[in-house]
Amino acid sequence: MKVVIMGCGRVGATLATWLDSDGHDVTVIDIRPDAFKRLPTDFKGRRHAGNAIDQDVLARVGLKQADAFVAVTQGDNRNVMATQMAKHLFGVRRTLCRIYDPIREEIYRDLGLETISPTLVGAQLLKDLLDKQPVAADGETEA
Amino acid sequence: MYIIVVGAGKVGYYLVKELLEAPEGHEVLIIELDAAKVERVTQELGDIALRGDGCEAATMEKAGFGRADMVIAVTGDDEDNLVVCQVAKAKFSVPRTVARINNPKNETIFKQLGIDTTVSATAAILAQIEQELPTHPLIPLLRLKGGGLEIVEVKVPQRASVVGKRIGELLLPQQSLITLIVDSDGTPRVPSNDTMIRAEDQVVAVTRRENEDALRAALTNSSSPPGP
Repeated sequence: MKVVIMGCGRVGATLATWLDSDGHDVTVIDIRPDAFKRLPTDFKGRRHAGNAIDQDVLARVGLKQADAFVAVTQGDNRNVMATQMAKHLFGVRRTLCRIYDPIREEIYRDLGLETISPTLVGAQLLKDLLDKQPVAADGETEA
Repeated sequence: MYIIVVGAGKVGYYLVKELLEAPEGHEVLIIELDAAKVERVTQELGDIALRGDGCEAATMEKAGFGRADMVIAVTGDDEDNLVVCQVAKAKFSVPRTVARINNPKNETIFKQLGIDTTVSATAAILAQIEQELPTHPLIPLLRLKGGGLEIVEVKVPQRASVVGKRIGELLLPQQSLITLIVDSDGTPRVPSNDTMIRAEDQVVAVTRRENEDALRAALTNSSSPPGP
């Protein structure tokens, strides 16, 4: 499948690398060209320096032909805006949007976006780990 | 009216200042993240600023978005203005939202996502340039609220095929209406079906935005399009 990823931070670059080695057609957009250093040298996908909340930039990377769009920049609002543009202006069938703020994430999930809040996911993982192997008050592991 | 403004940059500052001076006596609140800007508003305009992130539900709650009649987002970032207005609508059912946009092309997606009004300085300046351009054959004068209609002005060229025809005979695009004609000597005429179009007439018409090109062609083309 053809995937466009917005944001080449740790998550974006890792996801791009995995999808690329699985044989998918990957394009990564980031506003800072420096960010592409996070991609491995044998990355076969496209790197596009530009502002992904500009519809001309999205058109230039061929978003109309994309099967999926993933928004993982540091800014919740940038992700929300780009995802909605991908969905409503370019008709991308699968769009994923990262939103750190859990309240905002809930609002946009209710508005029909496929969202993920790393804040909730991370906190839940940590809590599950603690719950699975609780530590008693005296420092002894419970039987 | 209770009006909440998000963003106390230059636009936000002068906007609340004008709103406070308006004779209607609006209740105004401005939300700003930057402490120095909050300080400036408080010192010069009084206790009307709330420090916080206007995109966060907690701040919105504190500001009383639930009872706001209008929310105006004028930060420097289009994406922030979008989220303020969308959350205001979705979570707080604010009846009217206004967003400032930098990129005029964002108007479409903002409208599609339910923002009531978008304001773009870039678009306003562009419109001004279009009005000033003497060679532009069709000048958009005013966009009517809702319905996609606008008022435009077209100058009829010397060799246009409509010259010498009566308005009743013209084939105009759907929902286009000639509302005023100004002669080349500056005399205005209220047109009827019998009014004759003359060269150099300035025709003021109401039309749908998507029919702009068709209307311009109808009034300015020099020969009738070839028949079937």
